[in-house]
Amino acid sequence: MTAPTYDVAIVGGGIVGAACAYECVQRALRVAVIEQDVIGGGATAAGMGHIVTMDDSDAQFALTRYSQTLWQQLRPELPANVEYEQCGTIWVAADEDEMNEVLRKHDYYTRNGVPAEVLSSADLEGLEPNLRKGLAGGLLVLEDGVLYPPCAARYLIECALAKGATLYSASTVSQIGRGRVYFSNGSSLSAAVIVNAAGAWAPALTPGIEVKKRKGHLVITDRYPRFVRHPLVELGYLKSSHSLTADSVAFNVQPRRTGQILIGSSRQFGAERKEVDREIMRRMLQRAQSYLPGLSETSAIRVWTGFRAATPDKLPLIGPWPADSTVYLATGHEGLGITTSLATAKLIADQITGNRSAIPAEPYLPSRIRTPEHANA
Amino acid sequence: MLVVGGGPAGLAAAATAAEHGVHVGVIDDNPNLGGQIWRAETGAINPEAQSWIARLHAARVEILCGTRVFDQPAPKLFHAETQDGLVELGYQKLVLATGARERFLPFPGWTIPNVMGAGALQALVKSGFAIEGKRVVVAGTGPLLLAVAAYLRKHGAEIAMICEQASLFSLAKFGFSLLWHGNKLAQAWSLRKELSGVPFAASSWPVSAEGKNILNAVVISRGQKFEKIECDFLACGFHLVPNTELAALLGCLLREGFVEVDNNQQTSVPEIFCAGEPTGIGGVELSVIEGQIAGHAAAKRDELATDLMRTRRKLLKFAAVLERTFELRAELRELALEETIICRCEDVTYGQLKLETSWRAAKLQTRCGMGPCQGRVCGPQTEFLFGWSPDSVRPPIFPARVESLGASVSEPDGA
Amino acid sequence: MPEQVTLTVNGKPVVVPSGATVAAAMATAGAYCRDSVSGERRTILCAMGICFECRVEIEGKPHQRACQILCSPGMRVNTQPRIETGAESSR
Repeated sequence: MTAPTYDVAIVGGGIVGAACAYECVQRALRVAVIEQDVIGGGATAAGMGHIVTMDDSDAQFALTRYSQTLWQQLRPELPANVEYEQCGTIWVAADEDEMNEVLRKHDYYTRNGVPAEVLSSADLEGLEPNLRKGLAGGLLVLEDGVLYPPCAARYLIECALAKGATLYSASTVSQIGRGRVYFSNGSSLSAAVIVNAAGAWAPALTPGIEVKKRKGHLVITDRYPRFVRHPLVELGYLKSSHSLTADSVAFNVQPRRTGQILIGSSRQFGAERKEVDREIMRRMLQRAQSYLPGLSETSAIRVWTGFRAATPDKLPLIGPWPADSTVYLATGHEGLGITTSLATAKLIADQITGNRSAIPAEPYLPSRIRTPEHANA
Repeated sequence: MLVVGGGPAGLAAAATAAEHGVHVGVIDDNPNLGGQIWRAETGAINPEAQSWIARLHAARVEILCGTRVFDQPAPKLFHAETQDGLVELGYQKLVLATGARERFLPFPGWTIPNVMGAGALQALVKSGFAIEGKRVVVAGTGPLLLAVAAYLRKHGAEIAMICEQASLFSLAKFGFSLLWHGNKLAQAWSLRKELSGVPFAASSWPVSAEGKNILNAVVISRGQKFEKIECDFLACGFHLVPNTELAALLGCLLREGFVEVDNNQQTSVPEIFCAGEPTGIGGVELSVIEGQIAGHAAAKRDELATDLMRTRRKLLKFAAVLERTFELRAELRELALEETIICRCEDVTYGQLKLETSWRAAKLQTRCGMGPCQGRVCGPQTEFLFGWSPDSVRPPIFPARVESLGASVSEPDGA
Repeated sequence: MPEQVTLTVNGKPVVVPSGATVAAAMATAGAYCRDSVSGERRTILCAMGICFECRVEIEGKPHQRACQILCSPGMRVNTQPRIETGAESSR
């Protein structure tokens, strides 16, 4: 008996794999999605669900902005349990230096068509009265949003299944390559294209790709409606996500639609164990309380960790893997997986079907990174 | 030595160790010592707890009530919370006497105000609520039902019915076994007298609770028939579930949901002992014996525990009978309707949950288990209904203020 | 020590025995403790501090477990209202 054959086999049922499945069935491709545990159970479940335009680089901006508009377009069809809210983001400036950064960002965003408003100290206090007094101001980026990722991933997968995709659930993949996906139970399937959307597990399936785990912590409180009204991120967040080696925390707090407060964020390299790191959690909570003093009295009910998939140049890997023409990568999204999942799916589907993408695909191509495999390909 | 839990097992362990000269501290979440079964009545110490608490005071045991452990951020160092803030507690030896909680099972209307646990209604009355003149149905399973009914009746409640889901056959076998357990028969006999005239039905369970905004009636299943009973309160609990969260956080091995201990009540983690219900639901006498054994062992005087161990063997047999007698019947899985709420923190219904294939998937998709009860109420339900096991324990094992959760650990030589 | 304590539940005075919990006061007052996330009325379930159904507002502070807190004279307790959800920017 021959192994089943697909046009596209997507390894990974997280938000990126789910988005790829959703997009590929729109292009009338025969799709398989393979998930080893629970849909959206990896970094997808662990993240904040923030949809945010980031301007770390032009390439990052292009991808996040494109993907954000795709989320806005998808919004009307999203079910209630995805909890999509267009609540904006407020980047918080603690001092004059950070205020200069606000002005620079404002300039960049508005030049590029992203609505943003500079907030004075008084404006900030009016919008977010629970922030500590004396902050310099901030930047309100109006079209950013939040959603609840596990339900979003499941919705996308269910749409794909409704259009004929096949889900291999509770299925662990041991190997991929040369048009075949091998399962740990010995069976296999064939696919013209295999998409590695396995996040932190991606390097295990495609040896040689430079994706490293970047551990994060989050804490969630009980319900305190309107304690914060927007996702709040300190401008120092950028310093935190810049560091390639040091453990770092940054102030990043988000109201959930339930009224619960999600408190982040932390980044660690080389931390492979999923246990809560008390020292990092403490630093993160203390930093959050320094921005929101009233947070101290709120009841924290859960803490969890997750592993982002991080690349050395802070851009994801989207496109064909030079060492194997049947393998495409859709991984390395670090903290922007939710945001850029839809754009990633478009780029992947475009490349598979030979179509031009809405944004240049070059900055994200795996071929940009010279690896021994690439040299030999 | 730190004892977590001021119920029968904890008090016995604390007194025993302290009397050997060990410096002992006891902490408990409740406002007073006694745990559940020896709960104080509006501040008045329960007579059964009297002598143990007196021994605690005589042996200079430090007592911290209103205190709940939420994490162990450094080896042998607890962070705990009180109404006022954080408490840091270091220990060399630990006795976990965290007791048990009632098992709740869902049925239509079980969330209506004045439907509560069986032990819960008793605790509410002990905490200052006057039940006099109120009509109560007591339902569920376990010896707790009779004790609760007797207590409520003594305080003026009208017990409309006691519904025990176990069969008369199982109960008769249980009754017979009481003959072998000395004073248990005497206890049972006195309960029987206290409850004379109260309607009792075996193989009976609540099918629905009714009332808009507040309970006014309960429909029970009895044989092939249903019976509607008007009442003010439904005291309904389905036996007990051990509180093993702290043990799990500390890495103690669990077997079939209970903390595994050796002959000296020591867990798989050196210098951590466990006594009472978390090692197996066995009732108050067994808890007291186990507490004493743990106290002797922690003080390195386990040679004094030989007689206690003999008694423990006998009581463990009784515990096994207890478990068999009050096993939950399959019909109890069929009570919930699509719209019946399972997770009360997040209002997740049976209909939503039965679509999921695992605890984790259910949690992520519906938020079941993500509320402040941290799965303590919905976990046992989903385990019974769907066979799901909860996932691993993470700190905080109890909700804590952000300030407390984020508090640094003080230096060893410091405060 | 006085034998009784008077406190306020939802604006009305309630008298309970000294040493009584706020849960007992709520039950005595015939008041329920909180509105659930879908708007159902809820009150005491476990009475031992683990279920969080008895959460009330005490002196304006939400999420206080009524069953674990003793009444003090003049304490102001309110049924905890349903959390109105939504994270929209206040524009």
